[in-house]
Amino acid sequence: MSSWPILSLITFLPLVGALFCLIVNGPKEAVDRNCRSVAIVTTTVTFLISLLLWIQFDPTKAGFQFEEKVAWVPALNIGYHAGIDGISLFFVLLSTLLTPICILASWESIKVRVKEYMIAFLVLETFMVGMFCALDLALFYIFFEGVLIPMFLIIGVWGGKRRVYAAFKFFLYTLLGSVLMLLAIIAVYGQVGTTDLPTVMEKLDLPFTWQCWLWLAFFASFAVKVPMWPVHTWLPDAHVEAPTAGSVILAGVLLKMGGYGFLRFSIPLFPEATQYFAPMVFALSLVAVIYTSLVALVQEDMKKLIAYSSVAHMGFVTIGAFVMNMQGVQGSIFQMLSHGIVSAALFLCVGVVYDRMHTREIAAYGGLVHRMPRYAFTFLFFTLASVGLPGLSGFVGEFLVLLGAFKANTWVAFLAATSLILGAAYALWLYRKIVFGELTKDSLKGILDMNGREIAIFLPLVLLTIWMGVYPNSFLDPMAPAVDKLIGDYQAALKLARTAALVP
Amino acid sequence: MIVGLESWTLARPEIFLAAATALLLIYGVVRGEIATPFVSVATSVALLVTAALLFLPYREGTAFSSLFIVDRLTATMKVMVLVGSAVAILMSRAYFEQAKAWRFEYPILVALATLGMMLMISANDLMALYVGLELQSLALYVIAAFQRDSVRSTEAGVKYFVLGSVASGMLLFGSSLIYGFCGGTAFVQISGALADGRATEIGVIIGLVFVVAGLAFKVSAVPFHMWTPDVYEGAPTPVTALFAVAPKIAALSLLVSVLMGPFKPLFAQWQQIIVVASVLSMALGAFAALRQQNIKRLMAYSSIGNVGYILLGVASGTEIGIQAVVFYLAIYLVMTLGVFATILMMKRRNIMVEQVSDLAGLARSQPMMALGMLIFMFSLAGIPPLAGFWGKLYIFMAAVEAKLFIPAVLGVLASVVASYYYLRIVKVMYFDEPAEAIDRPAFGVNRVVALVAAFLIAIFSLVPQPLSLIAEAAAKGLFQ
Repeated sequence: MSSWPILSLITFLPLVGALFCLIVNGPKEAVDRNCRSVAIVTTTVTFLISLLLWIQFDPTKAGFQFEEKVAWVPALNIGYHAGIDGISLFFVLLSTLLTPICILASWESIKVRVKEYMIAFLVLETFMVGMFCALDLALFYIFFEGVLIPMFLIIGVWGGKRRVYAAFKFFLYTLLGSVLMLLAIIAVYGQVGTTDLPTVMEKLDLPFTWQCWLWLAFFASFAVKVPMWPVHTWLPDAHVEAPTAGSVILAGVLLKMGGYGFLRFSIPLFPEATQYFAPMVFALSLVAVIYTSLVALVQEDMKKLIAYSSVAHMGFVTIGAFVMNMQGVQGSIFQMLSHGIVSAALFLCVGVVYDRMHTREIAAYGGLVHRMPRYAFTFLFFTLASVGLPGLSGFVGEFLVLLGAFKANTWVAFLAATSLILGAAYALWLYRKIVFGELTKDSLKGILDMNGREIAIFLPLVLLTIWMGVYPNSFLDPMAPAVDKLIGDYQAALKLARTAALVP
Repeated sequence: MIVGLESWTLARPEIFLAAATALLLIYGVVRGEIATPFVSVATSVALLVTAALLFLPYREGTAFSSLFIVDRLTATMKVMVLVGSAVAILMSRAYFEQAKAWRFEYPILVALATLGMMLMISANDLMALYVGLELQSLALYVIAAFQRDSVRSTEAGVKYFVLGSVASGMLLFGSSLIYGFCGGTAFVQISGALADGRATEIGVIIGLVFVVAGLAFKVSAVPFHMWTPDVYEGAPTPVTALFAVAPKIAALSLLVSVLMGPFKPLFAQWQQIIVVASVLSMALGAFAALRQQNIKRLMAYSSIGNVGYILLGVASGTEIGIQAVVFYLAIYLVMTLGVFATILMMKRRNIMVEQVSDLAGLARSQPMMALGMLIFMFSLAGIPPLAGFWGKLYIFMAAVEAKLFIPAVLGVLASVVASYYYLRIVKVMYFDEPAEAIDRPAFGVNRVVALVAAFLIAIFSLVPQPLSLIAEAAAKGLFQ
C-alpha cells in the first residue's frame, strides 16, 4: 500500500495541466502547439500513474483500497473521501486510457480554439476520474454533474451543424435527472447525517416506500446517463454533433457513469426497491435492446447508427446489473469496459474518414477497402468485436450477461439474445456499405489510408480488445471479491427484510 | 428608562456612518462638483470602516429601550450590505462619468440608504422597522432616477416610488393591526402577547399578512415582483447592481428577524405564505427569464428566482434553514456583483450595451471576460462544483429536513429551467459567431471586482467551510 495520495494525484493532475494551458500565451501557432503537448504529456503521465493502481491493487480484497479521507465541509458532514474497489478500478483506467487517445485523435482535426479544447478535455478527465473514485455522495454528485460543463462546451463549440441544439439537449436532459438524485442524496443525508458512502451503506435503514422513492430519484439520473429507453433521445443528437473525441468520451466513459451508479449506489443503498423494480428495468432494457437495434438498421448517418447500437449494448449492461448474480454483474461490468473500448474505437473509425471527407453519411462512402486496407482491417476488427465475435472482448460480456439472465429469467435471456442477431445485422450492413463494394465515387478515389498517428491511436485499443477477449480473467479476477460482496450484501439485506416482515 | 452609554456603544457603527455621511455631505456642498471623486471614495471607505466597527470589538445586546438589537445574525447581514454598497459605489464611477451624471450626491444617497438598511436589520420594534425601511426606500427612489436626463431612469424611479409607497402603506397598515391586537409594537411585546394567548390570533394573522406582503415587495418575491424587471432595466446599471444586492439582503434579513422573532408562534401560518411565495418566485424567475433579451432584465428575473430559493430556506424555519439563507446570500452577493461588474464592462466603441446578443463571440474577442462570465453563469445555475451549487445544496438540505418535499422538488425542477437561460448566455459567448467586438475593458474598478468575484467563487467552490462556519455562527444568534 502506498502512503501517498495516488487517487487524488490521478484526479487532479489533469487540472494542473489545464492551468498550464490557461497561462500559455503568445502567437497562435505556438499556443496551439504548446497546449497540445501539455495535454498529451499530462494525460499520458496520468495514465501511467493510474497503471500503478492496477499493479498495487490487492485483488483478494473486497473493500475499498487506496482510501483517502479528509474532512471537507465538516459543518455539513461532507468529506473528501476517495477510494476504489474492484468495480471502480477499471473505470478509472478506462477514463485515463481514453483521454490521451482523444487528445491524439484531435491532434489535427481540431484547428480552432485549441487551447480551450485542451483545457476542456483536461477538466473533463478530472471530473470523470474523480467521479469513479468518489466515496462520498455529495462529492460523487459534484463530479457527476461537473462533467456536464466541459462536455457542454465541447459539443457546443467544436460540434457539427446542430451543435447548439444537441448541447442544450444533452445538458438539460442530464441535469433534469441529476437534480432529482440530488434531492435523494439530501434525503439520505437527512436520515444518516452524513454523505460518507461506507457509513451510509452501514447505517441507512429506510422503510420500503421511501426506498422506492429514492431509488426512483437515483434511477432518473442514471437512466438518463446510461441511457435507457425512453430517455435515450439525447444520445444520438449529442453523438452526431459532438466532435470525434467528444463522441469517444461520451460513449467510452460518460455512459458508464449510469451503469456504475446503479452498481455503486442504487443496488447497495436500496436493495428492496432494487428487487421491486428489477422487472421494470428488464422491460425497459429489453425494449432498448430490440427497439434501438431495429432503429439502428435504418440510420443514414454513421455516428447515429453507432449511437443507437450503444443504447442497445447498454441495455445488456442494465440487464446484467439487475439480475444480481455473479455472472450477470460481472458480465455487466465487463460489457461496460468492452463497450467503452470498442464503441470508442468505432467512433474513432468514423472520425478517420470524417477527417478526410467531412461527411458522415453512409451513402457517401463505399469501396474503401481498395484505397484503405489498414483502415478496412481496423474497422472490421472493431465491428466484429462489437457484434460479439468469440475471442474478442464483446463476446465475454454478452455471454456472461446472457448466462446470468438465463439463471434469473429465461425469457429475459431469450429476448436479449435476439439482439445478437440484430446487432450483427446492422453492424455488418454498415461495414459492407462503407468498406466493401466497388469504389465508384470520384471523391473517394484520392482518399489516403491511416497514417502513423492514427495507427498509434488504434494499436492499444486493438491489443486490449484481444486481451480482454482471450484472457478475461485479468479483468474479472480483481473485480470478483467486490462483486461477490455486493451480491452478498444484497441477498443479506433482502433476507433481513423478509424476516422482519414475518415478525408480527 | 435612562438611555445609557451601552446603547450608544452598541449603535456606534450606525452613528459613525451617520456622522461620516453628514460630514461628507457638507464637504460636497461646500466644494461642489469637483469633490465628487473624493466623496465617492471616502463614502466607500466609511462604509467599510463601519463594517469593521461591527466586529472590532463585537458586542451584542439590545439598545434604546429595546428598539435596536445586535446579534451575530444582524452583524453578519450588515457586513454583507455594507460590502455590497461600498463596492456598488466604487463600480459606478465610469458609468456615471460617461452619462454626465457624476455627482457627489450619489454616494451620499447610497450611504443614507445603507444606513436605513442597517436600522432595518437591527430593528427590534415595528416602529424602528418602519423608520429604517423608509430611510432606505426614500434614498433608493431618488437613486433609481439619478440619471435624470434619461427617460428610462426617471420612469424607473417613479415606478419604484409609487409601487414602493403602496408596499410601505401595506406594511404600516399591518403594523397598526398588530399593534391593536397585541398591545405593543416591540417585538418582545408581540411575542409575549402571542405566547400567553392575550392576542386574538386571527387579527394578528391578518396584520402579519400585510407586513409580509410589504416585505415581499421589498425582496421582490412573487406576487409582489412586478416592479423589479422595469426598475432593473431602467435604472442606471450601477444602481441596478446596488438594488440587486444591498436592499435585497437587508429586506431578507428583516423578513427573517420578523418571522423568526415575534411571529415564531405563528410559524404554521406564515410558513404557508412563504412557501407559496417561494415556489412562485422560483417558477416565475425561471420561466419569465427564458426569452429576455436585455441582460439587466434577465438579471432581474434571475434575482426573483434566487429570492425564491432563499425564501425556501426561510420557510423551513429551522436553524439550518437560516444558515442556508446566510450562506446563499453571501454567495449571491459575490456572484451578482461579479455579473454586474462584467455588464458594466460591456462597451462597444465606448458606448454601453446591454443586450444578450451583444455578448456574441465574446470568448474569442475577450476570453478572460467570457471565462469570468462563464463562471458566474454556471454558478448562478447552481451547477457543481461552482459555489452556487453549495448555496442550493444548503437550501435544499434545509427544505428536506423541514419536510418541505414538494416545494423542494418544484425548486430543483425550476432550477433546471433556469439553467437554460444561464446556459444561453454561455452559448452566446462561446458558440455564436462574433458580433462586432466588445471593447477591451479598461483597467479599472470593474475589472478588479469581476476578477475578485470570480476568484472568490472559485475559492468558495473548493473551500466552502469558512463560509458555512460564518453562517452557522450567524444562525445561532437567532436560536439562543
